[in-house]
Amino acid sequence: MLNEELKAAIADLLPEAVLIDGGEWVNVKVDASEWLAFAKQLRLEPALNFNFLFCLTCIDWKTHLTMVYHLSSTQYRHNMVVKVDLDANKPEVESVSSIWRTAEFHEREVYELFGVNFLNHPDLRLLILPDGWEGKNPLRKDFEDPINMIKL
Amino acid sequence: MVEALGSTQEGNLIINVGPQHPATHGVLHLVITLNGETIVHVEPHLGYIHRSIEKMCESLTYRQFIYVTSRMDYLSSHINNHACALTVEKGMQIEVPARAQVIRILMDELTRIASHELWWGAMAMDLGAFTPFFHAFRERESINDIMEETCGARLTMNYIVPGGVMQDIHPNFQNRVKAFLKMYKSKIHEYDEMVTGNIIFQNRMKNIGVLSAEDAISYGCTGPTARGSGVSSDIRKIYPYEIYNQLDFDEVLEHGGDSFSRYMVRIREMQESIKIIEQLIDHIPEGDFQAKTKAVLKLPKGEFYTRVETARGELGVYIVSEGGTTPYRIKFRSPGFSNLSVLNHIARGSKLGDLVAMMGTLDLVIPDIDR
Repeated sequence: MLNEELKAAIADLLPEAVLIDGGEWVNVKVDASEWLAFAKQLRLEPALNFNFLFCLTCIDWKTHLTMVYHLSSTQYRHNMVVKVDLDANKPEVESVSSIWRTAEFHEREVYELFGVNFLNHPDLRLLILPDGWEGKNPLRKDFEDPINMIKL
Repeated sequence: MVEALGSTQEGNLIINVGPQHPATHGVLHLVITLNGETIVHVEPHLGYIHRSIEKMCESLTYRQFIYVTSRMDYLSSHINNHACALTVEKGMQIEVPARAQVIRILMDELTRIASHELWWGAMAMDLGAFTPFFHAFRERESINDIMEETCGARLTMNYIVPGGVMQDIHPNFQNRVKAFLKMYKSKIHEYDEMVTGNIIFQNRMKNIGVLSAEDAISYGCTGPTARGSGVSSDIRKIYPYEIYNQLDFDEVLEHGGDSFSRYMVRIREMQESIKIIEQLIDHIPEGDFQAKTKAVLKLPKGEFYTRVETARGELGVYIVSEGGTTPYRIKFRSPGFSNLSVLNHIARGSKLGDLVAMMGTLDLVIPDIDR
């Protein structure tokens, strides 16, 4: 599907979704409460078939966090980006690991590095950080480590 | 750690493989729950070589951060540099000279061969054959010598930079690559004679670690791991970058989904890389090796994502820029991280001895997983 067709299809699926201009792929911003149902539709809608979640990450904007999901379809080869804004103090979003299995590992990484709590994740534990890690989440902008961090 | 595994069944045994174990090829730590000799659960523990490259890059400029990325997947360092350079070029809309584009592809494909060579030697060694390792290194060394002459380094090249390549190729480059191709072709039959056709090897690889196409996609597998299950995932073909769309080569697909299929994909991929190098080596265009760029690179405000095909799969570089000289946020979608996540799925129910064959064919490079 071309980007224009994709935009129309998404507007049909979820009229509340906000389309963001710019970038090579279709960018959509959805509300955290709508994300899981929308993700299921993107995966199961035969004309869209977004079966490959090729990147899952988070951005710390200091005022809020943004989850970024890069989706692709191995059948149609179209791509899109979904963004979900989260509260910086209590970041919570539904896990999508039941839809795309790869999200299980990626969400564990975001959980420990950004402190995002993924609801209904099957196995939300530390992955990279050592057991018993306490303190702030390393990829947050306000993380300071005077001993190990070297700033240029 | 142990009680979190949820293996309350009596008689189960928990063993640790790694982080210092020769079969894990680096500091990977696997906690394996066994019932007799059968694997119940494999739990990877990462982070032993985590350097937080993403955080580091936030304070490095767009010329500096390339050097760090050579240290991610150190067997594909050219391709990592390439992905970063492409992202910066996309953001700044830099036109790369034709000469640089061809040199970059030649370097990428030589790297791919070198990486698969090392994998092949290590793979055979994992299964108990020691000699192939030396055969693989004989070829890999000649590639490293070629790299050393042009790039000045044998492992972390840092040769591909935004705008082109760091410096022009060495005058000997073309002759040495041609000599390598000739030597390589005269030796390639040894690979099949020594390992591929070996009945013990085949018995240990066939129907081991079977991964279906649907699961490969769902787990985010890319590269030879996915192509061994018949999933077309070669970024060079699907979303071509540089001049890959003008070259004649095939995407290698096998449909078995087992360890042997993944093995065959890599063996055949080396031949495809040879094909690409042969098409280009005599046709390197004259001209500049680097576009003229400003001394200080600034990316406009926005988001830029590039996908390239490394020896292990799809590498994604995601840069969020606020318009400054350093990235606001950078994310490396490394192929190894997603490929590792499938290990528990394919290993459950097999014998402990087969785990090595599965890990070998996933071609894990730990710094690429940890970043």
